[in-house]
Parts: sequence; C-alpha cells; structure tokens
Amino acid sequence: MEATSAGATGAPRPDLYRTRTRRSTGEAAIRYALLAAALVSVLTTTGIVFSLLEETVVFFGDVGVGEFLSGTKWTPLAGGESQSFGVVPLVFDTLYLTGIGLLVAIPFGIGSAIYLSEYASPRVRRILKPVLEVLSGVPTIVFGYFALTFVTPEILKGLGLEVGSFNALSAGLVLGVLVLPTIATVADDALTAVPGSLREGAFGLGASRMQVSVRVVLPAALSGVVAALVLGASRAVGETVIILVAGGQKADLTLDPTVAMQNMAAFIAAASRADIPTSGPEYGAIFAVGTTLFVMTLVLNAISIRFVRKYRQVYE
Amino acid sequence: MSAVPEAGLSRKVVERASSGQRTKDLMFRLALLFSVSVGFVVLAALVLDVMIDGASRVSLDFITSFPSRISPESTGVKSALIGTIYLMVLCAVFIVPVGVATAVYLEEYANRGSRLSRLIEVNIQNLAAVPSVVYGILGLAFIVRGPLGLGPVLLAGALTLGLLVLPVVIIVSREAIRAVPSSIREGSLALGATQWQTIWKQVLPGALPGIATGVILALSRAIGETAPLLVIGAATFARFNPEGITDRFTAMPLAIFEFISDADTEFRAAGAAAIIVLLALLVVMNAGAIFLRNRYERKW
Repeated sequence: MEATSAGATGAPRPDLYRTRTRRSTGEAAIRYALLAAALVSVLTTTGIVFSLLEETVVFFGDVGVGEFLSGTKWTPLAGGESQSFGVVPLVFDTLYLTGIGLLVAIPFGIGSAIYLSEYASPRVRRILKPVLEVLSGVPTIVFGYFALTFVTPEILKGLGLEVGSFNALSAGLVLGVLVLPTIATVADDALTAVPGSLREGAFGLGASRMQVSVRVVLPAALSGVVAALVLGASRAVGETVIILVAGGQKADLTLDPTVAMQNMAAFIAAASRADIPTSGPEYGAIFAVGTTLFVMTLVLNAISIRFVRKYRQVYE
Repeated sequence: MSAVPEAGLSRKVVERASSGQRTKDLMFRLALLFSVSVGFVVLAALVLDVMIDGASRVSLDFITSFPSRISPESTGVKSALIGTIYLMVLCAVFIVPVGVATAVYLEEYANRGSRLSRLIEVNIQNLAAVPSVVYGILGLAFIVRGPLGLGPVLLAGALTLGLLVLPVVIIVSREAIRAVPSSIREGSLALGATQWQTIWKQVLPGALPGIATGVILALSRAIGETAPLLVIGAATFARFNPEGITDRFTAMPLAIFEFISDADTEFRAAGAAAIIVLLALLVVMNAGAIFLRNRYERKW
C-alpha cells in the first residue's frame, strides 16, 4: 500500500547510500590514500627481495651456486688465485658467534624472565622491566666499543686468556648481552600469560615456588619461551656492528674462540665499504650473502611466530 | 601479573617444606637474582667504561669542531651531530605520515581477516625482524643506486632508516588507536560525522600521546643505527656539514665507528666521548617519551 501512495505522489525515494556527494568522494579518496601508505610496507619487502635477487642471480652466473654453498674457503676480497667464494666458513662463524651469544643469553634471559614473572613483587617488576628495555635500546656500536675496549683487554686478557685484539669470544659474549633483554621480555610475556589457577593448583599440592616455576609454569609457557629463544637467535644472527668492531675481518672454519671471526652481516658492512668495483663477483658476494642472511632470519622469524601463536591459542 | 595473589600462600608452603627443598629453593632464587643482575651489571659497566674513557674529552669544543685525522686533541663531532639531527627530522617527516596512515588503515578501514590486510600485517611482522644490514642493501640497490639513484646523501640515509623503523611506528600507533574506546567513535558517527571526521577529530587526538611515544622510540632507534648507513656508503669522516637533503653526510654512529676503528687510544677516547654525546641525546629523547606518556596519556 505504501508503495502505491509513494508512487502516487510521484517522488522517488532518494537512494541514501548510492548518492555521490563531495563528502563521500572525499571519504573514498582518503581510504585509498591510507591504503597506499599501508602498501609501502609491502613495497619495502618487494624492494628488499628484488634488490637482493637481482645481483645474486648475476653473482651465481659468475661463481655457481654449488661453489658458493659448499665451498669451504671464504676469501672474496682477496685478489687473483687466492680469491674464493665458499660461504660455509662465513655461515659457520655466524652460527658459532650466535651460539656463544646464546650460551649467555638463554640461561640469564630465562632466569630474568622467571624472576620477573614468578618472584618479583609488582613494584620491583615495574623498576626492573624498564631497565631491561633501556639495555635493549643502547646502540649496538656502543656494545661494540665495550667489547673492543673493555671485554677483550680488561676481562678476557685479565683472566689470562690469550685472545687476539679481535676475537670471537668477546664479540660473542657481548652479542649475548645484546639479545638477553629480547629473550627476557618475550619469555616474561609468555610466563605471565600462564593462568594463575595452574600455580594455585600446584601450590595447593604442596609444591614450592621453585617447583611451581620450573615444573608447572615453564612447561606451560614452553612454546612462548621457545619463541623468545628463536627471536633472540634471529637478532644475534643479524647483528652487524658488534662483530664488525670487535670480531674481526676474516671467516675461517675453526672452533677456536680466541681468534678473529666475522659473521654474514659484518661481511656485508665491511665489503660495501671496501674499495671494490660495483660489477663483478666481489660486489655480487655482498648480495648473495645478504640473500642467505635474509632467508635465515625469515625462517627463524616464521618459526618464532608459529610458537607464539601456539601459546596464544591455549591461554587467550 | 598472575603471580601476585598467591604470594602469601607460597611462603607458607615453603616454610613447611623439607629443609633440603628449602635449600634448593634458596639456591634457585639466588640463581635467578644473579641472572637479573647480569643485565644491570653490564649496563653499569658499559656506562662506567665509556665515562672513564671519554668524559674528560666531552666539551663544547668537541661538539663544535670538525673531526681531525691528525690531532685527537682537537677532533670533534660537529658534522656528525648535525648529520644525525638532520637525519632525525627527515626521518620523522617520512615515518609519521606513512606510519600513522598505515596504522589508521589497518585499525579503522581494513577488513579484519581479508587477504589484503593479512598480507600487510604479515609483511610488517616480517619486516620488523629483518636485520638492519639488509635494509642497508635495499638502500644501496634502490635508493642510492638503481631506480632512485640519489647517491649516498642525507635523503637516502633518512629513507633507509625510515623504512627500517617504520614497523615500530606502525605497531605502536595501532596499539594507541586500538586503545581509543569504540564508544567515542560511535558517539561521533551518531552525531553525523563521517568516518574520516571521526578519525581526524576524535580517534587521532585520543591516540596522539601513544603515537608520539612510538615515533620518539622509533627515531631513537634510527639515530643509533650504524650498519645501514655503512652499507649505503655514508661518510664516516666529514669535515663539512650537509647543506641540503641531497648533500653527503655523516652521523654520530659513523663518527664513533671511525674513531674506534683507529688503534690509537687517544682517538678511541674521542670515540667514547662521541658515545657519551649520542647516549645523552638518546636519554633526552627517551625522557621526552616517558614525559609524554605520563603527562598526556588518557585513561578511558
């Protein structure tokens, strides 16, 4: 009936939603402008992948994937006969330095996390957590200076170790201190996400605080704690300046932590400053190593995200 | 958080436990305290080491002199400090609009769970974990050479650092925007405001303290970065100030790198002094961030 009466007056109902006013056009334009800004991050990733691959492909034309991935001599900047592009020693040294770092960062990082979440009073926690954040905000060049001018000469040589002025031990230890706050903060988030009822149940059964922390809370938060470790490892793998300043300039296959070692990131920084032609395998090596590093950190990050999701699903 | 309520409970349990268990518990507690102290001891040692080595070299002359390769007594960080300040400003000009716009898009416009917004989110998550030296490669191949071809100039450095810290700005801004309660948006929309008017006049002002804190944190990370600037070929030693955005430049971390790469202890002392200047700048910025957060953050 109403339709007829509307028809009778002859006035078509205005379509409120479809009318294009100046206002709605403006609103739509803003939406697309914001989307464009959001796409900058996608473009950044694309840019990174392209800039790495373009030169890497050229490099593999010169050197060969097999030689790069399985060669055990890394002397890309040496001239003539002694030049060799086997990345194995560089990857090995990267993992070795990361390993030394994690030997420091894992026990102390997780210890800090357990203390913060299970032992510290709210007041103590409010003071301790920001200090850890300050530690993670110190520029890495400062850590490099600390490793070079304090840890190596004062501590390591002071302990009677015969280390070189550039050595893996000092760089690795300081690398560990660098990633300690990362591990502590992320692991602390995972531990505090464990519901209080689990603790109360364990306390009710007569468990001590240590037993509750180690046997109940830590296992319950395990995936989050593992995520913290992987994230810490990923940061250590990609660190440049500490290794560049205190680790040295060469990569050999050795287990001796008292000699110089270089990681992939430090190689990239050192080689891009060296006086080398911008065409040719020396230049390409920067990008091939960059690709290797990028893939490694991407995989570590993916693993970490997977673990974080797991503990979120359980408790949130 | 959840550890708080049963604090009294556990103490009683520990008291009743066997003495062997009590000793173990005590040892464990001491081990944890030791773990926590590692971070603090290193931080203190680091600051002390830098102070002892460099404090005597910090002076007005040090800040207002160009660096010297010959005389460590008269060397300074003028060009590096000015370069760092320019970098910070340019970087802010780039990351504030792009970062906040991305955050607004993801929080206020994007379809949660749509493919596009998930793509963008995963991207940001991954970008936050990419090592800084890889951003240097991006800057080298795309901004310094390649498509943009700017050369190792101030603008190239600022863009490279900007891309590096953009995820920080986006993540913090999103949290700040999310913290504005939806009742504010609904009220505004009900009064006839458009979506953008609501965002511009209600949501963004409410989120501003959080966003500003995030931007300052991002900038303080940007000016402490060494690796990307090394890779793009920025100068580590410059006896000139950049005059415009297309001039070559140096920055504080690069000057520090140059000083401490010298085996001479006098130059290394100058490096320590430059570290003090950089740390002082960072302390001021972080204090600013904390002040903003405490003074202006709204509890809804």
